[in-house]
Amino acid sequence: MAERLKVHVDPDKCQGHARCKALAPELFELDEYGNAHEAGDGTVPPGLEDKAWLAKSNCPEIAIDVTEE
Amino acid sequence: MSDVSQPAAHPPVTDWVHDFDHTDPQWTDDPFPIWDELRAASPVVHTKRFLGCYLPTTYEAVREIANDTEHFSSRRIIVRDVRPEVARNAAPPITSDPPVHKPAKQLLLPPFTPDAMKKLEPRVRAICNELIDGFIAEKSVDAAARYTKHIPVRAIAHMLGIPEGDSDLFVNWIHMILELGIKDESKLLQAAQEMSAYFSAHIEARKTKPTNDLISYLMNARDKEGNPLEDSHVLGSLRLLLIAGIDTTWSAIGSSLWHLAKTPADRERLIAEPGLIPTAVEELLRAYSPVTMAREVVKETTISGCPVKAGNMVLLSFPAANRDPRMFPDADKVVIDRRENRHAAFGLGIHRCVGSNLARMEMQVALEEWLKRIPDFALDPAGTVTWSQGTVRGPRQLPFLLGKAM
Repeated sequence: MAERLKVHVDPDKCQGHARCKALAPELFELDEYGNAHEAGDGTVPPGLEDKAWLAKSNCPEIAIDVTEE
Repeated sequence: MSDVSQPAAHPPVTDWVHDFDHTDPQWTDDPFPIWDELRAASPVVHTKRFLGCYLPTTYEAVREIANDTEHFSSRRIIVRDVRPEVARNAAPPITSDPPVHKPAKQLLLPPFTPDAMKKLEPRVRAICNELIDGFIAEKSVDAAARYTKHIPVRAIAHMLGIPEGDSDLFVNWIHMILELGIKDESKLLQAAQEMSAYFSAHIEARKTKPTNDLISYLMNARDKEGNPLEDSHVLGSLRLLLIAGIDTTWSAIGSSLWHLAKTPADRERLIAEPGLIPTAVEELLRAYSPVTMAREVVKETTISGCPVKAGNMVLLSFPAANRDPRMFPDADKVVIDRRENRHAAFGLGIHRCVGSNLARMEMQVALEEWLKRIPDFALDPAGTVTWSQGTVRGPRQLPFLLGKAM
């Protein structure tokens, strides 16, 4: 059984490139300015692990953390 | 237009490492080997041209500078031969530094979110198809003059609420500011004045007849204290939206089609797998990033171990950063399904392009509609591809042969 993943966006680093929302719309939400935050508490539902890593590795500001619980 | 006062031409470059010049014809035609040479020499190089200017050559050095608003100011964002007085509210927020930057930026962000762009997408798709209708029956076409140029002009005119038919006017102002203005101050001033007069008339008209567009949006905007923006701020932001929204995406769509015209394998793959187009757009943005920004050094510091002195400009080359092989494996190749792509085409840090979601949508739609209707095209060997000079790089003449009988 794989570890459960959690995503987190550092609001001080996010500049609203919105790459995470394009690549993993289930895991991220945008505010009225287009800046991102994780959906809910950031828990990655089973099957979306790849998308979590993809979002992290395409963030130009290195604002996304993926942690294993 | 007659032009009696020709600015002095720059001497040709013979030593790129110590005397680079981003307006040299060699740089305009093919900058990539130059950037590789400079990167191999140092993470930061310097030229005495433009009254002194640095060029960071690595992704890391570009990121350091973009994130350092203490030593690097945005009050000047074009590297030019002259450094006239800085105008107040030149083009906020792109010409703003902290702390005034953030409120000016936040004002412009809501109309440019991905959701807002989804609402605009059908209009852009219609514009693309109207343009294609105009030349699809022909055997050859200049895709820069007939297609790529008009998509961003008409999209931003639609958002601002100004006539799409005025687009020749806008394209001429931008040419005067971004290209001729590097060496000829009078051209830049003339264009800025004409733009202000143009927008002032539109603002005046909206005082009696309010509209549902970006001009009215800015006129009705309030700061934290509830006060309306100064007139000069509204005009500065409108000039910015027009200047930044046109040449840039025109270039990005043009470079993408140029690549696809000469790379049948990529073209065929995108036609077979249209779902890959958004990923390909990111890679084309990386490989052919159109926009080079600038900063002014206001305090001495060190970047990637290189001393940087106040009073110099910095050519902040996101395009060169995006070709750094230490950041991107096979940096000199276009890999249209590249999975990891932290490219900096829209900048890094607080000045991230406010129109990045608009540009991405326009690029995706422009490529989708073109490939759907014109799957076969190639560069016309009888024509010449020409590239714009200086701040924004993209094809300004893009002669294609259309159809299979080539």
